[in-house]
Amino acid sequence: MAAVSGEPLHRRLGLTDAELGEIRGRLGRDPNDLELAIFSVMWSEHCSYKSSKPLLATLPTRGRDLVAGPGENAGVVSIGDGLAVAFKLESHNHPSAVEPYQGAATGVGGILRDIFTMGARPIAVLDALRFGDPRGPRVRHLVDGVVRGVGGYGNCVGVPTVGGELVFHPSYAANPLVNVMAIGLLEERHLTRAVAPGPGNLVVLYGSTTGRDGIGGASVLASAEFADDDPSKRPSVQVGDPFAEKLLVEATLELIERGLVEGLQDLGAGGIGCATSEMPDRAGTGIVVDLDAVPRREEGMAPFEVMISESQERMCAVVRPDRLAEVLEVCRRWGLPAAVIGRVTARRDLAVVEGGLDPDGRPRPGARELARIPVAAIASEAIVYRREARSPARVRSAPAPGAPVEPSDRLPERGTDPGAVLMALLGSPNLCSRAWVSGQYDSTVMTNTVEACERGAAVLRVKGTAKGLVAATDANATVSALDPHLGAILSVAEAIRNVAVTGARPLGVTDCLNFGNPEKPEAFWRFAEAVRGVGDACRAFGLPVTGGNVSFYNESPEGPIAPTPQIGVVGLLEDVGRRVGPAFAADDDLVVLVGEAVPGLAGSVYAELAGVAPEDGPPAIDLEREAALHAFLQEAAAARLPSAAQDVSGGGLAVALAEMAIWGERGARLDLRVGTAPAVELFGEGPSRAVVTCHPDAWERLAALADRFRLPLEPLGATGGDRLVIELHGEGSTGAAEDRGAGIADPVDVSIEALRHAWSSALPRLFGEVDETGRDGAGTVVA
Amino acid sequence: MKVGIAVFPGSNCDTDALHAVRLAGADGELLWHEEADLHGVDVVILPGGFAYGDYLRAGVIARFSPIMRAVAAHAARGGLVLGICNGFQVLAEAGLLPGALLRNASLRFVHRWVTIRVERDDSPFTAGIPAGTLLRMPVAHGEGCYFAEEVTLDALERDGRVLFRYLDNPNGSLRDIAGVRSTTGNVAGLMPHPERAAEPLLGTDDGLRLLRSLVGSAGASLAAAWVR
Repeated sequence: MAAVSGEPLHRRLGLTDAELGEIRGRLGRDPNDLELAIFSVMWSEHCSYKSSKPLLATLPTRGRDLVAGPGENAGVVSIGDGLAVAFKLESHNHPSAVEPYQGAATGVGGILRDIFTMGARPIAVLDALRFGDPRGPRVRHLVDGVVRGVGGYGNCVGVPTVGGELVFHPSYAANPLVNVMAIGLLEERHLTRAVAPGPGNLVVLYGSTTGRDGIGGASVLASAEFADDDPSKRPSVQVGDPFAEKLLVEATLELIERGLVEGLQDLGAGGIGCATSEMPDRAGTGIVVDLDAVPRREEGMAPFEVMISESQERMCAVVRPDRLAEVLEVCRRWGLPAAVIGRVTARRDLAVVEGGLDPDGRPRPGARELARIPVAAIASEAIVYRREARSPARVRSAPAPGAPVEPSDRLPERGTDPGAVLMALLGSPNLCSRAWVSGQYDSTVMTNTVEACERGAAVLRVKGTAKGLVAATDANATVSALDPHLGAILSVAEAIRNVAVTGARPLGVTDCLNFGNPEKPEAFWRFAEAVRGVGDACRAFGLPVTGGNVSFYNESPEGPIAPTPQIGVVGLLEDVGRRVGPAFAADDDLVVLVGEAVPGLAGSVYAELAGVAPEDGPPAIDLEREAALHAFLQEAAAARLPSAAQDVSGGGLAVALAEMAIWGERGARLDLRVGTAPAVELFGEGPSRAVVTCHPDAWERLAALADRFRLPLEPLGATGGDRLVIELHGEGSTGAAEDRGAGIADPVDVSIEALRHAWSSALPRLFGEVDETGRDGAGTVVA
Repeated sequence: MKVGIAVFPGSNCDTDALHAVRLAGADGELLWHEEADLHGVDVVILPGGFAYGDYLRAGVIARFSPIMRAVAAHAARGGLVLGICNGFQVLAEAGLLPGALLRNASLRFVHRWVTIRVERDDSPFTAGIPAGTLLRMPVAHGEGCYFAEEVTLDALERDGRVLFRYLDNPNGSLRDIAGVRSTTGNVAGLMPHPERAAEPLLGTDDGLRLLRSLVGSAGASLAAAWVR
């Protein structure tokens, strides 16, 4: 660990000269090499949130259902009857870029541990994945590895992957995003915190043994930009063992249910060093760690390697001495190595010794103290930066992939077939069926899955109750690239809308903020604007941000990623039987558009595919109107008025209708008034809109309810038949002369079968897993 | 009537099976892999999951566990044993059922709702469900491609031991075989998950029909009669 090259050690560990000076100030002396290594991990961006902390503190964190908020391993909200839900969204972007399978797999493992550490049984995973242009071989390799990794881990642990997102955009080509959300269910009385109370209590490490994998993952990978595919970073990626995780889940929940632990934290970034400083820091205590007691999988590990190893599937428990035997017995039964590696002390520092501790936790004669650091200095009072934020001179949207077509918002006028445009959109990488991905995930294990989602929200029942949980993830990076404040608001609004559209009451928000290098003022401005947007939106909707994660340095030599504020929302259905699904449910139901038309095509998938760079800005949002829509959808569902409901988002109204038709296996005959241009009406994207269907008998009550919320309601027609027909009617439009009835452009008129084919065949074709007869590798017709 | 569900480290459908067995009207109990005692249960279910991690090959370690000795003895006495997914793989590895489950033809894990056809109603697992009945339930596996030598397949067909066939084969199984039974008729395995299709709220209760049939057969003390 001595400085062998010319570069001093602290710099090779990723610490600046100024930070070294700060460390000297905190310690009142020079740090030794071990202390420096611990500081370097704990003061990394990944562990310390040193750039984001001041801004994150501005987010609203109070809510009526909140049980535990930011600062814990995961947020927890009550769902009544003594039950609560733990949930959190987290990134594993950089490891996945280096080694997609293990990066994604350990991403799932890490977020699952955050959930069961709270005393909650993980019940669902959602994965939000973003990649570059899928036609490139490198991107296909990444997609394949990440999808296999998410599935390989989640499937084995036995937690269903029930939803998420898959988005392609060129800015993610060298820096994919792997954001994973996990949800857990607990009895509130079992809520467990990551604390180390009670000097004299024992620190027990259990789970996998400790090796050299993932040394410095947090500081090396997650806190620096990427050069091209750097092989020197490969040893920093951890290796996952989902079987060990499954045992860890069962053993941990048994320990908690039997009341055997005083505090619990999983070992993620920063390893033992992180857990043994954060836990006592929260409790006003300290910990002395006996390095010799740590079970290892490799010979000859240096002390710093043991302290900062990120070997996966490990947990740190604080245990009363009289409970130790029972704790060890539980671990033995689940086949997990366990060892007392230290003691809680009254001194508020982390001490590392070798040579053993006596029963009182004092170093034995001959033992050597290797490090001593005040816990606050590496945990709650770690270094913080107030970074410079500077608005870019000119915000330019990222180039659309391909982008061959002349800009035109008049495409579906006479002479072009809007049905063909609709099919092209349904078959486009960002809107087509995700079944090729979701079919590699076990979505029904645990037998709670009422609805695993393609788009929109997943619905889970809560066994033993009438309740249901609804979860969705969303991020609007397209608008965020143009206006990060608005993009963040739209992301929050869409995630909540996706939950509300089922009739569920949103309970809380978790965010995973993926941005570029915070040391660059323009990148930091984007981040600051996004945090402001998340805060504004959550305040408007009355929801707390219960926790989440920040991922900086998402940059490559080609530039930063589009700012991506990934939002996760969990909602509650008091009666899961009253949920509203997204599929057309019956013939002759009324089809109704709730909300107003959008002004243009900015930020739409249509614009991206057509290569349009619209002059108009992205659609603004009226937060009161959006909140009213959420409330309307919930009340409508509670009154059992809608037979189906779906939010209008990517691809606009026409795609929303097509999806409802495909999923419901029935068509609709609709008339659409065209106020601006046909393309805008059909494919324009904007917030605060939903399509609702209802039985004709429910129409008057639905209209009265919408009136109460001052929401415009436009009946479009009725369901039925095997075609989706949308007639376009002019109204002072920019369309061509009306020489065929009231029509201003050819109607959309496509069979549901054709829509389904376009929608479902795109991804398998893109990934080369379907032959010319439309069969996949198993000979099953998928297209 | 009591159904025991074996729990190996890495089993992850054990509590799902327990839940479904109770819906089918039976008492259920989890049986720990280290114990060679079945606690007097009438039926044993080997549930889905990744027993012992399945890193080497699905089911290959589980067959050597203490509980499998008890399960084999139970089967030899004519007791009913049902293996679901990983449980089917374990039974095949243990030689209690013919054939083997290979990696899916797609070389990918597959989760999908499939339709299976009940081929025989003269078994304790399908009693009361007419042959030809179509049932919907999920599959979720990486190694579910049923394989056996041609002569074995011919013998299975001839002896009426193919219990279920896929209508939409998800994994490349030979002759679309989704489930088989032993020569003695009291041991069966299938890759699809009936316990995940046991409530209309979750899509269908088609799978519950299988479990009810199993529980009913055992409860009526007919088990012995099924053994040839």
